[in-house]
Amino acid sequence: MLALCLGITLIAFVLTHVVPGDPVAAALGPKAYSYPTIVKAYREAYGLNEPLPVQYAVYLGHLLHGDLGVSLITQQPVATDLLERIPASFELALYAMIIATAVGVPLGVLAAVRRGSRLDQGLTIGSLGGLATPSFWVGILAIYFFSYVLRIAPSTGRLSPEVFPPPQITGLYTVDALLAGDFPTFLDALHHVILPALVLALPSGAVLLRFTRSAVLEVLNNDYVTAARAKGLPRLSILLRYTFRAALTSIVTVTGLLLANLMAGAVLVESVFAWPGVGLYAAKSALDLDITAITGVSLFVAVVYTVVNFAVDLLYAWIDPRVVLA
Amino acid sequence: MLVVFAMVVLTLWLVVVIFGPLLAPYGPSQQSSAVLSNPSVTHIFGTDELGRDELSRVISGARISIPFSFVIVAIALVIGSILGGLAGYLGGWVDGLIMRITDLFFAFPAIVLAMAIAAILGPSLTSSVVAVVVVAWPNYARVIRSLVLPAMHSDYVVTARLLGSSSVRALVRDVMPNVIGPMVVYSALGLGDAMLVLAGLSFLGLGSQPPTAEWGSMISDGAQYFEQWWLALFPGLAIVSVVLSLNVLGDRVRDTLDPRVNR
Repeated sequence: MLALCLGITLIAFVLTHVVPGDPVAAALGPKAYSYPTIVKAYREAYGLNEPLPVQYAVYLGHLLHGDLGVSLITQQPVATDLLERIPASFELALYAMIIATAVGVPLGVLAAVRRGSRLDQGLTIGSLGGLATPSFWVGILAIYFFSYVLRIAPSTGRLSPEVFPPPQITGLYTVDALLAGDFPTFLDALHHVILPALVLALPSGAVLLRFTRSAVLEVLNNDYVTAARAKGLPRLSILLRYTFRAALTSIVTVTGLLLANLMAGAVLVESVFAWPGVGLYAAKSALDLDITAITGVSLFVAVVYTVVNFAVDLLYAWIDPRVVLA
Repeated sequence: MLVVFAMVVLTLWLVVVIFGPLLAPYGPSQQSSAVLSNPSVTHIFGTDELGRDELSRVISGARISIPFSFVIVAIALVIGSILGGLAGYLGGWVDGLIMRITDLFFAFPAIVLAMAIAAILGPSLTSSVVAVVVVAWPNYARVIRSLVLPAMHSDYVVTARLLGSSSVRALVRDVMPNVIGPMVVYSALGLGDAMLVLAGLSFLGLGSQPPTAEWGSMISDGAQYFEQWWLALFPGLAIVSVVLSLNVLGDRVRDTLDPRVNR
């Protein structure tokens, strides 16, 4: 895993330093860029005139100290920028995950139990549709329908303009508001997170549904389930105690994939809803050609993704004792 | 039934891609005084902020989104086949090296890496195509490898090599035919993914630039005019109809090919 993380830093570094597109030109603007002295001073200030391997070594050294460099646009350390935005993204992803699981898993079990029925076919088409639909498009339609036509949900941001953020403990507004005992703020934060979380949950919920369905189907074909049925055990208890538990291993593995879905979706969904998280930051810095920021974001996201996948592997081994970790 | 419907939809889009300019009622960049008008008989999908006919732009967009997704999959498939084929065929350290490289690419969520690449290359249609190829090829390399590996150890390939077939000949004549079927299915599904990422990049402003009509950037334009729902609705429906049809087809063919799935 460490080797993988090192490789990630190399990719992030190489991508942003070897290919064309002069970050200095983007940061300084055309006017300042026309003065060679300014350009030279700028390059020296940011170490951009050193040979690439040296730049990489310096970069790695900084990384070890938690230093991702200074964003050329915000003029803040990228790590600080990220830290400010992680709670927002985490809160959004958390609610999306809850919605996706609460909807996807039960519907998947239902589809498997009623295999071949109208319901199963409908759910299959629905889940395929969920995967085929661009989340940014659903987001725009959701804003049009719920915020503009029905006027029952706010369209952007984490809180209404007149509401102050709760005192920061976890950085999750809904949790912090509850901890502070501030119920109106909690409701306002919840009100703001629901719509983007629903939109973000759509593809993940679809993946979970399909996965749960096939996992449960696979288990239902086993002899011990037939035996349990032959013994006359109630169907629900077979489903919960035998089938679902056995299917759980494969459902857990898909959470790694789910996280990738959520992270990828977050870039687009956060852009649509102006949700001030890592995704919006990534989109903005990409558009601004803010090389340091893009490097930092991709690095951060990739490392989180790798670590979570590793954790999922461990969890998998814990749930299923037959798995031996190499 | 569903499969038939999907095939009809894809055939219709194919017709649109080939005969687009003949079918479109107006030019994709042709402006008129009917600005932001509702869908009506003269403009079935309505018009945008410059009075351009939305239907004509969706048709014009099909001729970008669909062919370029094909190009992406084709290039990614070639790169993936060469590297994945080599990995599965040669094994050993070559296999190890190529698989570790794909691991690195898998560590990044596709859209994040694609965004960074497209931004660095400078926002344009070409950049976004390159970006999607870069994030897509490792998938194909993995699948090809996983198909070539068991084929290499199958009796017929071992027999062919014992009979004195050269390595390359064994790879091309005996292994590849067994790999093509599953790859076609996988590519159909990959086509949908490529289209979604490409549209996502354009939506963010990193792909095709105005005035080019591309579905992702049309949705992005539509997002500026919330009250004019038709601007975002129709290009999005176009994307969903293509990707959903591809997924339905790919899904069904995969089930048919996979003997473990009993229907």
